[in-house]
Amino acid sequence: MIDLALIITIIIMVVKVGLLTMILFSLPMPLTWIERKVAGHIHARLGPFRVGPHGIMQPMADTVKLLFKEDIVPEKADKLIFKLAPLIAMIPAFAVFVAIPVGGTWTVPFIDQEMNLYVTDMNVGLLYILAMGGLGIYGIIFGGWASNSKYALLGGMRSAAQMISYEVALSFAAVGVVMMSNSLSLVDIVNTQGGGFWNWNFFYLPVGPVWFFIFIIAGSAEINRIPFDLAEDEGTLAAGFHTEYSGMKFSFFMLAEYIALVTVSVLAVVLFFGGWNPPIDYTIPFVPIAFIWLFWFVIKVSVFIYMFMWVRFTLPRYRYDQLMNIGWKILIPISLVNILITGFMRI
Amino acid sequence: MLIAYLPILIMIVIASVMACSVLFISSLFRPKNPYKEKLSPWECGVKPTGEANVGHFRVHYFIIAILFIVFDVETLFLFPWAVLLTDKSISGFIFVEMLIFIAVLAIGLIYAWAKGALEWI
Repeated sequence: MIDLALIITIIIMVVKVGLLTMILFSLPMPLTWIERKVAGHIHARLGPFRVGPHGIMQPMADTVKLLFKEDIVPEKADKLIFKLAPLIAMIPAFAVFVAIPVGGTWTVPFIDQEMNLYVTDMNVGLLYILAMGGLGIYGIIFGGWASNSKYALLGGMRSAAQMISYEVALSFAAVGVVMMSNSLSLVDIVNTQGGGFWNWNFFYLPVGPVWFFIFIIAGSAEINRIPFDLAEDEGTLAAGFHTEYSGMKFSFFMLAEYIALVTVSVLAVVLFFGGWNPPIDYTIPFVPIAFIWLFWFVIKVSVFIYMFMWVRFTLPRYRYDQLMNIGWKILIPISLVNILITGFMRI
Repeated sequence: MLIAYLPILIMIVIASVMACSVLFISSLFRPKNPYKEKLSPWECGVKPTGEANVGHFRVHYFIIAILFIVFDVETLFLFPWAVLLTDKSISGFIFVEMLIFIAVLAIGLIYAWAKGALEWI
């Protein structure tokens, strides 16, 4: 009854998922440091500089500080939902990454075993990512409502309305990619973009760049980044939905936010910039192809993460009515027209 | 292949366990010294007035939520269509079909727009 091959598959899955979780848990640490350094240099100052050389140990110090912070639950809060909300915000952000491929199938030299550089290749991968990404809204609205604070409630409400408004535009951009690649599986989407940079969806003229800009605008609204960070508009709402959170629970919201930033960068790369494919196909003797794939994947994702940080410290914030106008009156009509053009080009 | 979906479950379990263990470790170290003023919701340092979670919010958020349901479900209908679009035997037919579908969608959007549901005052 016991199927050995199945057990080995499951063990490999557990190892891969475990590794992925470790990476995701520790990723926000360098990211916070980089973000503060980028902020510092854009503001013509140094950024964190005290803890360790060039402040590189700052995230460690922050983690220790957050671990030792008192955990405050407001007395009139809905205790259960208040405690559950950070987990509901964080776990879908992790679960999204299961479907994301960082490389193709690679034959390991010497042992001649095929190894997939992705955890799983779901045939509805893109749909799954949209669904899981949408679940993150619950964490935010639960956190905002359960705190029983007016600022948190307003922040949660705004955030929910903003995220669902841009979710529509994001889904349309995903439909556009599916039309260009004819598959919902992310591995297939990347494979159709192989061969060279002219095959990337971004260069599918004239509709590719339009889809990309719809995607990146909707994406940055979806993850509550400036210029769309109305949910935690510190000028009017204190800290928005996490006003009442402290210590580790607060850091879980931040973790979810940074992972969402990575998710949108990764999706931009996978959907529009050829995923792990290098701009021009090449091989270097004695260097496994997997390293080339990983190299290009990391480079492309880093560029997008840097771009989001750059935008954050360059642009001012939108007003709420402007935000809603951009979502409903600009992005959605453009998407509808663009779907027709793309469809006409594809048939 | 259902096994392709197993990692989701594994990921959710591992992430929850890690998150809960971090919370547990933190609970060993952190101080616990609550008092009434500390536990009251933050309202710029003055005494909070009224309750926040009794459900007083603008009805506009509700309208946006309803519009979202309509449009998001309709984008879901577009996914299978987009996958099949280059299938030569049916592509012409389903393209015309989708033209009608998107026209209906656009009329819905224009109606909501004309009714002022998209205005945020």
